[in-house]
Formats: sequence, C-alpha cells, structure tokens
Amino acid sequence: MTTAAVSVPSTRAQTRRSSLRRSRRWALVASYVFLVIFAIFFLIPPYYMVVTAFKTDAEVAHMATNPWIIANGVTLDQFRILLTQTDFLIYFKNTAIVTVCVVIITMVVSVLAAFSLGRMRFWGSGVLATGIFLTYLVPDTLLFIPLFQIVKAIGLLNSYWGMVVVYPTLTVPFCTWIMIGYFQSIPKELDEAALIDGAGYMQMLTRIFIPVALPGIIAATIFAFTVSWAAFVYPMAFLYSSDQQVLTVGTVTSLIRADVYKWGMLMAGALLAATPPLVIYAFLMDYYIAGLTAGATKG
Amino acid sequence: MADTVQRWTAGIQSARPAARGGFGKFLRQRSTIAFMMCLPLLVIIVCLVVYPAFYSIYLSTLNKAQTRFIGLGNYRFLLTRDVFWMVVQQSAIFALSAVFFKALIGLITAHLINNLPTKGQRKWRGMLLVPWVIPLALSSLGWWWLFDPTHSAFNWIVTGLGFNEIPWLSDPYWARFSVILVNVWYGAPFFLIMYLAALKSVPDQLYEAAAIDGANAWQKFVHITLPMMRNIMAITILFSLIVTFANFDIVQIMTAGGPRNMTHVFATYAFMLGIRSGDLPLGAATSLFMLPILAISAVFILRGVRKRGREIG
Repeated sequence: MTTAAVSVPSTRAQTRRSSLRRSRRWALVASYVFLVIFAIFFLIPPYYMVVTAFKTDAEVAHMATNPWIIANGVTLDQFRILLTQTDFLIYFKNTAIVTVCVVIITMVVSVLAAFSLGRMRFWGSGVLATGIFLTYLVPDTLLFIPLFQIVKAIGLLNSYWGMVVVYPTLTVPFCTWIMIGYFQSIPKELDEAALIDGAGYMQMLTRIFIPVALPGIIAATIFAFTVSWAAFVYPMAFLYSSDQQVLTVGTVTSLIRADVYKWGMLMAGALLAATPPLVIYAFLMDYYIAGLTAGATKG
Repeated sequence: MADTVQRWTAGIQSARPAARGGFGKFLRQRSTIAFMMCLPLLVIIVCLVVYPAFYSIYLSTLNKAQTRFIGLGNYRFLLTRDVFWMVVQQSAIFALSAVFFKALIGLITAHLINNLPTKGQRKWRGMLLVPWVIPLALSSLGWWWLFDPTHSAFNWIVTGLGFNEIPWLSDPYWARFSVILVNVWYGAPFFLIMYLAALKSVPDQLYEAAAIDGANAWQKFVHITLPMMRNIMAITILFSLIVTFANFDIVQIMTAGGPRNMTHVFATYAFMLGIRSGDLPLGAATSLFMLPILAISAVFILRGVRKRGREIG
C-alpha cells in the first residue's frame, strides 16, 4: 500500500478518501451501537415500571414467568385500585394546587426582579444578581430543618399551603437568573424607543420584554413546574397526614404502608404521577433545554 | 429585527400618546421602581433562605429541647460518633464517584449524539433525557422495585446467567453501589445536554482546520473540544457536585440509610436525627457540615460563570 501510494499520488488520495468514508461509516455504526446500550441503561427502570403496572397481582407476586414481559395478560386493575381505593387522587389534587400556585408566584416574582436587575439597575443590583445565583446553589437539604421551625411558627406545618410558601426558594433564584440572561440579550434600542414614546416601565415589560423573551419565560415556567412537581425533601419533612400529602411523598410512603407491597399499584401510581412532567417535556423539551443551557453558559 | 422594533414602538405610541413628558422625573424614579420590582424576590430570599441559614446556625447551638445554649456541643457530639464519620465518608464516596461517572457518561453520550446526522439527534436526545424528566422520588421507587430482595428483575437475569443472587440493598457495600448507580442514571442526562450544547458551540472551522492539518479524532478532542468546553465542563461538574452531595431522595427511598447506617449521606442522616428523632438542633448541626464543601464549589462556579460571561461578551 505504501509503495502504491508513493508511486501514484492520485490513487493515494482516492484510497485515503474512500478509507475516510469507510471510517466515518464505522464511526456512525459504532455510535449507534453504543447509543443503544446507553438507551437500554437509561430506559430500563421506566420500561419495567410500565410492565409492572399492567400486570396482574398474581403475576407480580409469583416469579414463575419472565419478569421483563407481561405473560399473563394485560390488566388495568392496578390503575382501578389506585384511583378508587387509595388517596392517590387527593395527592394528585394537592400537588396540582401547589404546583400551579408556585409557578404563578415564581413567574411573577422572577420576571419582575429579572427585568429590574437585568435592565433597570439600582444601587446594589449587581451584588444582588450574584446573590441570587448563590441562593440557587443553597440546597433544600440544608434549609429543611430551620424551615421546619419557621413553617411550624406560621402554623402551616402539615398543610400543603406550607409547600406554596417554601417551594419558591427552590424555583425563584434559578428562574430569575435565566430571565436576567434573556432580558439582557434584548437590544437596548428597544427600551429607549419605548421610553421616548412615553411607555412606562410596566408597559415596557408587558409589551416588549415579555413577548420578546417568551422562550425564556416558557423555559422558566417549565423549570418551576418540574421542580415543584418533583419536590420531595420539604413535603417529606413538613407533611404527615394523608389529606395534605403531595404525589411524590404520598406515592413512596403512604401507598406503601399496607401489609403487602402492592408493586403493581405502586408502579401504576408512580407512572401516573410522572406523566404530567413527561408530557410537558415531550412538547416543550427544546425550549427548556435552550433555557437551561443558556442559563449556565451565558450567565 | 428592525421592522419588528418599529411595529412595537408604533403600537406603544398609539396606545399611550398622553404619557409623554416628565422624562426627567421618570429617570429620577427609575431606581425606586427597580427596587420595588425586586422587593418580592428580596422578601423571599431574605425570609426563606438567608434567615433560615443563619437561624440554622443558631439552632445548632441549642440542646434537644431548644431551651438551653450549649455552644458547639452538638458538633462535638457528632464528631465523636462513628456513624457520623461513616456519613462523611459515604457522602464523599457517593458524591465523587457519582459525579465522575455522570460526567463520563454525559461526555460519551454527548459525543455519540453529536456524531449522528442532525435529523436523528433530537430523537436520541429525547430518549436519553427520560431519566432526568421523571421525578427522582418516583424513579427511585422504580429502582427499588428492580432491586427488591425476592422479586428483583435484575436477579432473574443474574441467576439466569448462572450466578448467585445479588443482595442489592441488603448488603451494605452492594447498597452503596446501588444508590450510586441510581444517582448516575438520574444525573447523566443533565451532563449530556450541557455537553451537547457546549459541543454545538464549538466553531466547525476549528475542526476543519485540524482535519487539514491531519489531526485524528483523539487529537481533535484533546486540542479543540476539551479546551473549548473546559469552562462549561467545570461549571457543570461543580454544580452537580453540590446537587449530588446534598442528594436526599435516592437514599431516603431505597435504603433510608441502612443497612447498618452504611448508606447514610448528610441529608438523610440530618433528616433522621432532626425530623424522625425530633432533635432539630442536632439535625441542623449535621446538615451544616455540608456548608464548607458547598461554599467552596459555589465560589468556583461563580468564578467560572463570570469568566464565561466575559468570554461571550
């Protein structure tokens, strides 16, 4: 091969090109193979949750057949029991109420603050923006014990309204942070023009900034939604009675308390509880990813 | 952009023709208005983050009934307990190994997806993001079921292959492995999207230039991709370190710290002492031990983010 290549330069270029193409194809095939392996690893638990949720109790209990497939027929019994004989719907309702309230509070607070910090500036606003980023880095597991005392003091222990009070600590800092980024990327000429035309700051915000930064607002809304839907530490620490419980904690604690672990029903509950975030991601994933990566890369 | 600008300004002009004038007064009020807009945020941060953080420090200096100041008594008590040192050790093992594997898997999968033709990328990315979308508490429950001692679906495969059953959650060391595995599973997709975004932001010309110079794939990675991604990788790793170090859901659901307290991390141990046993001051002291490592990571993240901001301009 080397001799041929040396004697005929044009063939050498050709072989090099075809070998390049061949190695590209191999790289592609290898990429797919490894991606499939990773996809299996990533999708095993959700797959197994689905399979279990549609099995009969008898099949779940006796490991006679392959656990990875449904051998004895598909059943919706697990969902029926879950929805009729447990408090699952109460948890769902509580979580929905908490999430909607938290998303509204978060968006109002963080859009106002981001507009002010990203655009208007005042004495100390730079320091405050940095401070907001730092509060985002304070984990909930550091705050739940002092917050326990505070929630108790304001009389909201064991009430899901207490969650509406404490969840914004998880959502507001990051949402403000990414909204500052979006607002700062809007050209200055826009607000100057609006000011000259006599628009007030609120008008500027609602008529220019919110429409222009809509992708950012969607991303922040999804973040707030996901975080408050999935929150676990605070409800685990602050809620204990079933009528106040939220989905995450309710599913992993109260539903389990029966004598026998009803795995089929538990998996049905976990699946139903995970559905709203999954649906939102299926439709709005691109906005969310754009917002998240912009938040970390632009700063 | 220009015509949209005109359209908006035109709309505002027609909507509020009367509010003209008083521009100077407006400017004087500007900082006041800005501050008012920030007020709700300040209230939330001061009342629910800053105040609790300091209150936590005060709380940790009280005795169990919160009636008496005992100074550093809780900290001194913790430092003499073997379980506490095990928690320190396990938290470090948990966070470091999980973050390492998350970063590795994220880097590999991001490259694999980036290799694909553009139209297939979205589908694969969506599929690999699923673990990160399911609320962690619920997927931890699914994993627990996969690890169930009598019905483990993994053990069905393991015994089918002719090996002994693996005590996933009942043997302390296997339990440690299992909680780390679940954390890697959950967190790797986050690295994937961060790295994928970073990979996309590397200019193609750099790779073309390198290809002309005869660089192979590895050389391109080491000399172009890594330097271009260094900052975002550092930010992602440090951020993940904080989140992983403070993780609660996985351990609480799958093992609740057992067997023999060997899987406890700071968060679950603080929960057990503070909420379950009702010794809030001791729990507060435990969780405050997380503070140094969190603060150090935070400082470096902030530096990275600022640097990144300057690079972009």
